[in-house]
Amino acid sequence: MTRDTSYQAVMARRNEIMKSSMGLDYEVYRQGELAFDYERMMDDCGFTLEDIIKIQAETKVGNTPMYELHNLTRAVRKISAPGKGARIFLKDEAANASGSFKARRASISAYVAAQKGYKGVIAATSGNYGAAVASQAVQRGLRCIIVQEVFDSHGIGQPEIVEKGRKCEAFGAEVVKLSVGPELFYYLLLALEETGYFNASLYTPFGIKGVESLGSELTLQIRSMTGREPDAVVVTHAGGGNITGTARGMMAAGCQAKVVACSVDLSGLHMASDHDFNRKSFTTGHTGFGIPFATWPDRVDVPRNAARSMRYMDDYVLVKQGEVFYITELLAKLEGIERGPAGNTSVTGAVALAREMKQDQIIVVQETEYTGAGKHHNSQLAFARKMGIEVRRGNPDDGVNGKSIVIPEHLSQVKGCKQDMEKLRNSYLKNAAKQLAPEKWSEVDRRFVAADVKKDLTWLDSALKQL
Amino acid sequence: MSEVKAGTWVEIEKILLTPEQRAPQTPEDTHATPYLMKVAGFLVADAPTDSEVTIRTLSGRIVGGKLKVVRPHYEHSFGETIEELLIIGLGGEL
Repeated sequence: MTRDTSYQAVMARRNEIMKSSMGLDYEVYRQGELAFDYERMMDDCGFTLEDIIKIQAETKVGNTPMYELHNLTRAVRKISAPGKGARIFLKDEAANASGSFKARRASISAYVAAQKGYKGVIAATSGNYGAAVASQAVQRGLRCIIVQEVFDSHGIGQPEIVEKGRKCEAFGAEVVKLSVGPELFYYLLLALEETGYFNASLYTPFGIKGVESLGSELTLQIRSMTGREPDAVVVTHAGGGNITGTARGMMAAGCQAKVVACSVDLSGLHMASDHDFNRKSFTTGHTGFGIPFATWPDRVDVPRNAARSMRYMDDYVLVKQGEVFYITELLAKLEGIERGPAGNTSVTGAVALAREMKQDQIIVVQETEYTGAGKHHNSQLAFARKMGIEVRRGNPDDGVNGKSIVIPEHLSQVKGCKQDMEKLRNSYLKNAAKQLAPEKWSEVDRRFVAADVKKDLTWLDSALKQL
Repeated sequence: MSEVKAGTWVEIEKILLTPEQRAPQTPEDTHATPYLMKVAGFLVADAPTDSEVTIRTLSGRIVGGKLKVVRPHYEHSFGETIEELLIIGLGGEL
């Protein structure tokens, strides 16, 4: 029997395809119209933090170095008020098997897929996650298909994504390259249905559990290196898994540091637009994912998203494309390490925040990513110029996304921009209200919504009145 | 047109959805274009370029489409030098 492969027919089969591709029934966690038992879903994975660390050690994941960035800290102190300029530390996640923290996220999915007897894994991603899944799959004896959004209607590939596709192939994965559009998910479903492989989604409990080791590791490392607790941890934020997993791991290690999300500001560019696709110089860690996923996590390829960033986020800082490119270059020149620009988003956020913190305080950048041809700030800027985008030095605030990138002339111009957390929480409430009118929310729904934005019922009642 | 030998590493293209078949939420500019797939693999049987063929991919899957590129390779690079970056961090500006 030939199955109907039209968009509508495949999307209508999504629930059955998802269920058989993960062996996970999300229905059992449902508690209300909006609410589900998040913690039970996470616990049901059956892995303790110790299990995770052990599984990851088998496939070259974790135990990455932590460095104090002495020269960058000194430079920041020069431009800060007297007594200001926190010590900046960097966790070098590029040392994981596939060159980014995403190896943590892929490791447990690949382990589970092999345990459950799946022959292969599939993931839909244009990011470092593809390479991570491919690298983990090959170590577990699994076949691998990575589905990527790569090129616009002129056939022009974003250089960073092209490189990430190459890396997937280097690990023996099949890479399905697609043009711009939200139908990436449609093809993922088709491929899952055809192959019967495991859906190594970024947003399953396995994916998030894998990142918890990062949060606990960084806490222990800072304690051992400095004899004290970190004051703030900056996390590059897109889909929310990085912040969720890291914060949960920090909590497990008893760390009370502020969790600060950081994204590149790409406001004004549409994520599914064929025209805008190659006018973005960042393919992840940006607001095109960061804001929609924070303010409504359940927009992903699984029924309930295990990455729920607003539960863990204390602050959210946005940085400009030009600021990140400047800091990426500075990291090489001052600290002698070249790392990928998307991962350096949080270094940029840390510089902006460290300026306002006391000198005895500690701020941690919790990830880096590998760099290379295509996935390099020079590649991105050269490509931007080819696409007609103006690249110049000046005040980064003068940059207009899709038209110009302005690289700071001086470190003092790296300031970032703090987001209004109340506004973000209100956006979440508006999105929840679109699912079900607030007057119809049950008590369990109300408690779930409040917890999902890290607030209590008193806050919820007052916020709903003003909505 | 010359035949490409079976077993050659090639790239095929296939239109997965025509503009009218695309997802309704697709923005206007994207909606006007077909949803296109490119996959590389080993050619299953001798065939000329631009013909409908099947390939065996690295995952072992058989996928069909139009034969477009013979021995596809990567050309992405570090790009032309951006002089604006070179002087960053040399000392003067800090």
